[in-house]
Amino acid sequence: MTELGTPVPYLAHFGQVTFRLTVHSDNRPTVRSNEAWVTALSPPHDPGALDDLRSELVRGLRIMLASRVPEQAGPLAEDFAQDAMMQILASIGSFRGESRFTTWAHKIAVRIAITELRRKRWKDFSLESLSAPDSHAPRPISKESELPSPETQAVQANTAEIVQQLIVETLTEKQRLALQAVMFQGVPLEEVARRMGTSRNTLYKLLHDARLSLKHALEARNLRPEDLLSDVE
Amino acid sequence: MELTPRIIKNIVAALKRTQPNEIDCGDCFDRLERFAEMTLAGKAAGKALPLVQLHLEGCRDCGEEFEALLDVLRGLGGQEQTRSITAT
Repeated sequence: MTELGTPVPYLAHFGQVTFRLTVHSDNRPTVRSNEAWVTALSPPHDPGALDDLRSELVRGLRIMLASRVPEQAGPLAEDFAQDAMMQILASIGSFRGESRFTTWAHKIAVRIAITELRRKRWKDFSLESLSAPDSHAPRPISKESELPSPETQAVQANTAEIVQQLIVETLTEKQRLALQAVMFQGVPLEEVARRMGTSRNTLYKLLHDARLSLKHALEARNLRPEDLLSDVE
Repeated sequence: MELTPRIIKNIVAALKRTQPNEIDCGDCFDRLERFAEMTLAGKAAGKALPLVQLHLEGCRDCGEEFEALLDVLRGLGGQEQTRSITAT
């Protein structure tokens, strides 16, 4: 085995410590059981385990980022791994052992990475840009799709009008805004939640209530979602 | 806001999927690693964790994170991580 001693500035917030990295001949880091990981990453943190975890996270993030932001995958993986390390160490007590420790750690790193990528992608989005739905306005068929037959267009237009009417009549202003942003515009929950001053979980529950209200409103008209689905397929 | 057929279809499909009891993103996140490992192992993850399955089908954000986690685990080869600690 080869031992290397190198100051690791990316871990400077743990103090100026020289870590000794132990590697196998094929450069794989030490493999640990779940219990060994938790013990090593609980205070006082084992330097070798910290480095192994960071390496593991970087490897995983590079894979994930390669298909999403290929030109920045390397540097971003390092940054996101650092953020993930902080969160993992802070929440080590919440690991329940229902999976491999590294899977749990990768989950946290992936969430951090995707959240930040979404934030960058949607930084110019504002809720004010959403226009209020006009239930009385005509609904032209989108040009992006092949035009169906006139009969189908009529059925689709009728379905659109029903759905539009239900949204306007059934939902609160807040629910309608959230629905527009998330389901019409495809804005990520986290981004909408931040702009509405709430959490992702609360927003999900708001939308869940909205969906339930719409579903009940449909049923009150003796309609089922599957009936409408067949009209638009 | 124009409701295209695609948007209408998405809304109606979401209504069809809607159940009174659904878990939120936090609860889904708490179970995601187990669900991911079961999925990769070819086990019936959806049967074992039906509420997670339902949430992932309806929540684009959690679905995206789940797929990304699968990408990571597949890319890392699903290596067994539970070997005994090697002597240093």
